[in-house]
Amino acid sequence: MAQQTVLFDKHIEAGAKMVDFHGWEMPINYGSQIEEHHAVRKDAGMFDVSHMTVVDIKGAGAKEFLQKLLANDVAKLTVAGKAMYGGMLNEEGGVIDDLITYYMTDDYYRLVVNSATREKDMAWINKQMVGFDVVVTELPELSMIAVQGPNAKAKAATVFNSDQNAAVEGMKPFFAVQSGDLFIATTGYTGEGGYEIILHQDLAADLWQQLLEADVRPCGLGARDTLRLEAGMNLYGLDMDESVSPLAANMAWTIAWEPSERDFIGRSALVAQKAAGELHKQVGLVMEAKGVLRAGQKVVFKDSEGCDQEGIITSGTFSPTLGYSVAIARVPRSIGENVQVEMRKKFVDVVVVKPGFVRNGKKTF
Amino acid sequence: MSNIPAELKYASSHEWVRDDGNGIFTVGITEHAQGLLGDMVFVDLPDVGDTFDAGEDIAVAESVKAASDIYAPITGEVVEINEELEDAPELVNADAFTDGWMFKIKAADVAELENLLDAEGYAASIDED
Repeated sequence: MAQQTVLFDKHIEAGAKMVDFHGWEMPINYGSQIEEHHAVRKDAGMFDVSHMTVVDIKGAGAKEFLQKLLANDVAKLTVAGKAMYGGMLNEEGGVIDDLITYYMTDDYYRLVVNSATREKDMAWINKQMVGFDVVVTELPELSMIAVQGPNAKAKAATVFNSDQNAAVEGMKPFFAVQSGDLFIATTGYTGEGGYEIILHQDLAADLWQQLLEADVRPCGLGARDTLRLEAGMNLYGLDMDESVSPLAANMAWTIAWEPSERDFIGRSALVAQKAAGELHKQVGLVMEAKGVLRAGQKVVFKDSEGCDQEGIITSGTFSPTLGYSVAIARVPRSIGENVQVEMRKKFVDVVVVKPGFVRNGKKTF
Repeated sequence: MSNIPAELKYASSHEWVRDDGNGIFTVGITEHAQGLLGDMVFVDLPDVGDTFDAGEDIAVAESVKAASDIYAPITGEVVEINEELEDAPELVNADAFTDGWMFKIKAADVAELENLLDAEGYAASIDED
């Protein structure tokens, strides 16, 4: 039996088509995922992401523990509410999960991890915390609603109270603040501005209803996927997993190499991978011809020495904003600007760009 | 339960067939099929004049979710395609049985129609899915 979030009835009311998403019954769309996609690019949409897992790390050893657990360095976080994205790696340098860490105080950090990886994440964290002065608390009673789009903040402002509006006034991207019942973060997974709001599940349906009345459109996992892909954001399990190095998944920027004495889990493996020089890299692919690039399709090209090279599309879709297909691929580093993708037994020319196709409603390549 | 017009014939692979008379048949995909596929983004249609055997792949419906082959429900020659779908593939979602039609085929042998399902038979076949 799949789990349901507390917003299940709200989804049904809004006409959602529900699907099983890693053990959670979640809305894939409320009629048209393309219209939902456009709502987020042009106006404001909301997503129930209550299936995601919130984990609080508290205690005198919290900072030191996270400096070992995460490839990014929480020492960079010095201002209350500041958020940081990065990977939790295994000893072999593979990505166990990608997550956001919010800094509350030196002895209190909040992690938001993927739902599909919840069990292994918790097992790993509980194993690694031994010997550190920390208390790890999972908070399944919390719900999470993402409100995203150019008008998301203005519409959310109409449902926030005056303290909350004062608290978010001038808040920069990748920050969070707790105000009253709401933990309000300027984070997201769409490439648009907006908030991710964490609150007690007993309050979630009311907030959802208020946002609905503020003309924020309910959006499903389908639109969430096309939005994040246009934004060039990784999806765990497709674009990377435990068998993939963050260096091959456009996550090099999330690895804090300095200070060199910080011995985070996976560090020595990453150093060896870099030295070996055989890692693939992540690129973006654009295909203006008819058709849709899909995960699993083969990417082929000849390198500068004329040798055949091969990579793979890790996620691909039709981009509703651009009107043609885009994809994220993992390929040999010798890749040039033009490659071919094997689609339905034919080889089709595609153009190579940096990962990331749309930000704040605009084409970026 | 999706809409399944009684006057049409169906293939178990989710195509519908409408008898236009004179041995010409209009073909599209069912309401149920478009629901499974989700928002349509491209429909790759055959060329007018091409001939196909029943069961042969004749078109591709590409949605946000997947590319799906459309099979010729009967043997014959394509005599017209729905050019509106070039710019408006979403017609398949909005009106699967009317404006979202895909192509018209001149049957080589109208007796092949007997191999197709009626509305009741198709309804039963999708219940089993």
